[in-house]
Amino acid sequence: MITPILLLTGIAFVAAIVLGISARVFFVDEDPRIEAVANLLPGANCGGCGQAGCNAAAESIVKRKSEVNICVVGGIETAESIGAYLGYDVRGAEPMLACSTCEGGYRAARKYHYTGLQDCRAALQLFHGFIRCENGCLGLGSCQRACRFSAIRMDPDSGLPVFDPDRCVGCGSCIAACPKGIISLANENTKILHWNQYTQCLSPCRQRCPAQIDIPKYLAQARRGEYGAALMTIKDKNPLPVATGRVCPELCATQCRRNLKDDPLAINSVKRFVSDWERSNKVRMPVAVAPDTGLRVAVVGGGPSGLSAAYYLRRLGHAVEIFEMMPKLGGMPRYGIPDYRLSDEQLDWDVDGVLELGVQAHTNVTLGKDFTIQFLRSNGFDAVYLAIGAWHGRLLPLEGKELTGIYSGIDYLRRFHTDEEKITGKRFVVIGAGNVAMDCARSALRAGAESVLLIFRFSRDLMEANAHEINDAESEGVVMRCLVSPVRFLGEEGRLNSIEVQQVTLRHSAGGGLPDVIPVEGSNEVLPCDVVIQAVGQAADLAAIVAADGLAKTRYHTIDADEETLQTSIPGVFAGGDCYTGPRLLVEAVASGRFAARSIHYYMTTGEIPAIKERQREMMAPALIDDLTNVVPIPTMAIKPMVPVEERMASFREVEGTINEDQCRLEATRCLNCGIYCYDQDDLPAELMRKAISCPNEPHLVAEEEREKEPAL
Amino acid sequence: MDLLYLAISATFVNNILLAQYLGHCPFLGVSKRIETALGMAAAIIFVTILSAIFTWTVLTYALIPYGLEFLQTLTFILIIASLVQLVEILMKKKSRSLYNALGVYLALITTNCAVMGVALLVAREELGFIEMLVFATASSFGYALALLLFAGHRERLQISAIPKSMQGTAIALVTAGIMSLAFIGFQGMAS
Repeated sequence: MITPILLLTGIAFVAAIVLGISARVFFVDEDPRIEAVANLLPGANCGGCGQAGCNAAAESIVKRKSEVNICVVGGIETAESIGAYLGYDVRGAEPMLACSTCEGGYRAARKYHYTGLQDCRAALQLFHGFIRCENGCLGLGSCQRACRFSAIRMDPDSGLPVFDPDRCVGCGSCIAACPKGIISLANENTKILHWNQYTQCLSPCRQRCPAQIDIPKYLAQARRGEYGAALMTIKDKNPLPVATGRVCPELCATQCRRNLKDDPLAINSVKRFVSDWERSNKVRMPVAVAPDTGLRVAVVGGGPSGLSAAYYLRRLGHAVEIFEMMPKLGGMPRYGIPDYRLSDEQLDWDVDGVLELGVQAHTNVTLGKDFTIQFLRSNGFDAVYLAIGAWHGRLLPLEGKELTGIYSGIDYLRRFHTDEEKITGKRFVVIGAGNVAMDCARSALRAGAESVLLIFRFSRDLMEANAHEINDAESEGVVMRCLVSPVRFLGEEGRLNSIEVQQVTLRHSAGGGLPDVIPVEGSNEVLPCDVVIQAVGQAADLAAIVAADGLAKTRYHTIDADEETLQTSIPGVFAGGDCYTGPRLLVEAVASGRFAARSIHYYMTTGEIPAIKERQREMMAPALIDDLTNVVPIPTMAIKPMVPVEERMASFREVEGTINEDQCRLEATRCLNCGIYCYDQDDLPAELMRKAISCPNEPHLVAEEEREKEPAL
Repeated sequence: MDLLYLAISATFVNNILLAQYLGHCPFLGVSKRIETALGMAAAIIFVTILSAIFTWTVLTYALIPYGLEFLQTLTFILIIASLVQLVEILMKKKSRSLYNALGVYLALITTNCAVMGVALLVAREELGFIEMLVFATASSFGYALALLLFAGHRERLQISAIPKSMQGTAIALVTAGIMSLAFIGFQGMAS
């Protein structure tokens, strides 16, 4: 009787001692927070979070590899208690929600009629699915069955999955189940960090937009009257919609499929309407900002690229400070674009939108003169973004270039916005035919010039300015002479009084590019003038920065940076915008700001910047269809109101107005909601027509739609 | 030769999972994907061999000499449970990567009847040390084999057309039954 008891007690005792000792001897020095967090977790070891048990989950939370709300079972209470223990802000830890990119559904073209097993993975085995589109949703609901939380239902109207943001826990089962890979997890951060890929379904306009704005989405929102949501869709990629809405040359519209049938969508007019809608309401749409990361970024240059980078870095939770050399933020849109196209107070709305997120700005400080990159790094900035623009206007090295009365385009335009003396004159000659040249010519007329002559050494079709800018300039009275090249400047007593020009002809070389210019003998003539404005190119002023910090530059006087990351020769220092690309469009500067924000975010948080797989650079071939079937032509009605020419002179009042709400809604209705292959057709029966449904990342919209439905039932 | 017979018998003929029906909880629980099944199989092999050695030692040198064989089950539970704990502690210290790979499965095995079953079978058959070692290794590899085969089947079943009433565990159990019928085919190769 005694022996078994003794034996068992003995074994238990030995086991206890061995375990006790080994727990001491082989003690692994672990972060005590891991155990504390593990105790806060439910301890079910269910693996729903994707980690091997609760301990592993606790470890990844403490190491900040996962968000505090990773636990599916524990829900928000667990997340809050962990957040309280670790001192993280839970409110900003927005969960990842599933979201599909396909808009095709029933309208997508079929390759064949499929009656097999009703499962996407099985259907894909047969000639890669029955839908013509590689990226298209097969609509057989594998994701719906894979979802353990009933967050997905297949919409009988569109044949596409609808995600319920309240039920989705972001577990990713649907992503694993979808053989086409069109479901992804998204939150505010991923929207900012995402860059277009060839593997995505991108409408032609989205492919062409340098800022990669989700154009069909915001047009759909505008169509439903959800102007705020439309604006937020724009602001996910472009924080300066008021400015862009006025001066963007609408590259997107050149790719609009409506071009094949009638007029392209007036996309920018819709953008302008929704941004002005917010501005005239004077109430800003709330912007989600991630919890503070404690990382600091210095943005040098408060122009569109700098503002855009600051905006997105701030939204990613970093502390941002802008250093600007001019008295006010805004860069070239403020100092280089005349008031009749974009006024100071309009731009202020955009700039304030960036600053109100908590971005600090220091003005009147110049990099290279007042501070250096080294100074910023030693003052605790984890990364530096150089967006100093191209403020140095080039001047032609012709005879007589030292005469008074010769200015660069940017010099001329800037003085309208600063305390410097304005340049006045009676007879202006503007050299160049870009947008800056048009701005100079039109400003000169408004500022009281008697005549403005614009000379350009190539033919008219090679003018770089937006077509409507050229037309407006001509209708206002700017005289244009193409195929004329300046030879020298003439003057008396150091003051310009005329310019000698010469006619030229062009010879196109086989290699493409700009044609050669051949002077015509004996065609020289002297044109009397008292001011010459040269809008013949701009460059970045880099000498002081290169001298102070050893920054590498290119032979085009731009900052040398890696094309994939925008990182310069100095690690942790990034460059983008005009100072990297040379003078380009506003929307391209905005795009480079977000791209830099992406690089800087990865650089600061992970130490390496992942390359973008299959990054979309060119237009995708399938998007270039040559005909629209079953689409009834609807000419555009979104014609912007214009101030008559006779009322424009002598003032800098805005020339183009904003379209009204009816025009905006009507214009947005014209959108075909294109995918890469498919688009809305008119003769599909109503029940098969795709109905645009908001992305689950904007849950309030889904809720709104459902509320609307309820009374009808 | 006897050892070879023993190994074949333990792996195929008397497969611990499909012929003896031991350790069915992870057989159904972690067989949905091959990767998880692989992790579980590795953990099972590891713990089974180790616990067989320890229980055999206790049985031979403590229980039998004192005529306490009736305490087998009780002592084995005690030994296996503390052994798994000990292994976990050691592994965490010495081989972090193995610890992370086995992860949550290690703790789950504490209550696995296959591990316990091997220990008790060793006792019942009164095997010697070498035989015990071969038997434990072969049994656990047999378990791993059955688990991986089954996981492969279940991955296929996921995309197969199955009547609604049979989906999930129902079809899994039917499959398990057919698989053990197949293993009966080994019957007679070795006893």
